[in-house]
Amino acid sequence: MKKLRRLEEHVFRFLMWLSLLIVLGSLVLIVGTMLWRGLPSLSLAMLTQVPKGGYYLGEEGGILNAIVGSLCLAGGATALALLFSLPVAIYLHGYAGRSRTAHLIRLAMDVLWGVPSIVYGAFGFIIMLWLGLRASLLGGIIALACLELPIMVRGMDEALGTVPSALREASYALGATRFETTLKVLLRQAVAGLLTAVLLAFGRGIGDAASVLFTAGYTDRLPDSLFRPVASLPLAVFFQLATPFPAVQQRAYAAGLVLTVIVLAISVMARWLSRRLTRHVVR
Amino acid sequence: MKRVALRRATDQTARYVTAAVSAATSLLVVFIALVLLARSWPIFVARPLGELLFSTTWKPLQSAFGYYPFIMGTLWVTCVAMVIAIPICLLTSIYLAEYASRRVYAIVKPLIDVSAGIPSVIFGIWGVIIVVPLVQKLAASSLGRSLSRLPLFEMHNPTGYSVLAGGVVLAIMVFPVIISVAEEVIRAVPTGLREASWALGATRWQTIKYVVLRHAAPGVLAAIVLGFSRAFGETMAVIMVVGNVPQVPRSLFDAAYPLTALIANNYGEMMSIPLYDAALLGAALLLLVIVLLFNLGARLVLMRMTRYR
Repeated sequence: MKKLRRLEEHVFRFLMWLSLLIVLGSLVLIVGTMLWRGLPSLSLAMLTQVPKGGYYLGEEGGILNAIVGSLCLAGGATALALLFSLPVAIYLHGYAGRSRTAHLIRLAMDVLWGVPSIVYGAFGFIIMLWLGLRASLLGGIIALACLELPIMVRGMDEALGTVPSALREASYALGATRFETTLKVLLRQAVAGLLTAVLLAFGRGIGDAASVLFTAGYTDRLPDSLFRPVASLPLAVFFQLATPFPAVQQRAYAAGLVLTVIVLAISVMARWLSRRLTRHVVR
Repeated sequence: MKRVALRRATDQTARYVTAAVSAATSLLVVFIALVLLARSWPIFVARPLGELLFSTTWKPLQSAFGYYPFIMGTLWVTCVAMVIAIPICLLTSIYLAEYASRRVYAIVKPLIDVSAGIPSVIFGIWGVIIVVPLVQKLAASSLGRSLSRLPLFEMHNPTGYSVLAGGVVLAIMVFPVIISVAEEVIRAVPTGLREASWALGATRWQTIKYVVLRHAAPGVLAAIVLGFSRAFGETMAVIMVVGNVPQVPRSLFDAAYPLTALIANNYGEMMSIPLYDAALLGAALLLLVIVLLFNLGARLVLMRMTRYR
């Protein structure tokens, strides 16, 4: 009986190790595969040129249009989402406290987080039709902002939640209003966490393809107007991989590598920032 | 005195403005559902719901819109993904919450968090490079041939673009979702319960099996449901590896055509065909409603369990 128990313990400990190995291994494998297939076809021309005449047959050109387009899309969406998520965060922590309303807002954000990005894409497309827009940078920004909003709010919510309540009480005791306290004490204390939330939302936005598929369209040119279609990296990967030419598929790998590097860099930077900026925070 | 009044007015204005923005964003999901419903209304009027859900013919030109093959495609791929993901994720989250030393945790946790941010096209491209050829090889191997006598493994499709490939890619995509929630829930089980079990002479694994998991069960289930709904709504990674053949899959090696892929592949070219646009948006609405129900249920359970700070 005792032996059996020990055996069970060991078997399950082994299985847990194995599972962890699978989880981490698949992550390493994905990044490794991208490096292995992407690096050989990555060149300076890929990064600094827009597609030229025969690009989709495997000739001259690069994916600069997609890189710049993605940065514009994600940047615009992040700014738009910030415009909405910051007030929500302020309301949650300055006014709502632990009320029922606060719970409801958090629940709504969590649910919004779960909405599939293709649904945001379809929603964005309908809104564009109503506004009389065609596939454009603006349309993409609207759809992506919806996608980023809940990520940002929850990140900010968590960041503000770590500020000790004694600080808030000290501020109230000095006669500051709720708004002043939130703005000058809470937000300032949590600035690192807020920045992390913004960066993570940006990273999520830059990688999403399904929501920009109909809303932003695709073009070979650099983005020049809010009302014109714009290219994006995830769609560059998707479209180039779907072509029958191996030379173009190679470029999909390269574009995928660029996207992976951007997303990983943002993610690492966000974490590093949050550690670095919290050094001087009052605890 | 005037300054105080001004400050108070600012405070009140800020309260109303931020409350209004909060209300608006909280209602966004309802708004999305209503917008989709409004645009897909024609299809629900023109066709009975039963026909839409259970008809297997999808021929927009002849105005036949049956979601059934696509619903089944989504279900097959998602279920395969969950069968792979659930044991691996549970064991990993138990390990992280119960066994991992601080040093291991400090290395592993950020890695898992980072992997949550990898874009879905990257998973898709990886699936095309690695998983699809593997499945193809498996299908062609002698193991695959002997497996093909079993009901779920019949071989009609040698390409590798299949339910199995989609399931593997999706499983890896939902790892971080399930692990991070499940780990948190398991960690939240009070230490006193564990200590009581140890005091009775139980081993660590027995304690986990009889005490910790039992206590954390609803939350773990919620984590799984969240993973399920993430997989259910995933588009780009799946579309690249499942083959996109509109049929009801019968085997792991069959190609499938999930709902999300239906929307993504056909949207934009549907404007000229009557009802097509409504039918596609109806599919989006269906997707949204299913995912919303799952999410809402899971979140309510989690809320009750972890009691927001």
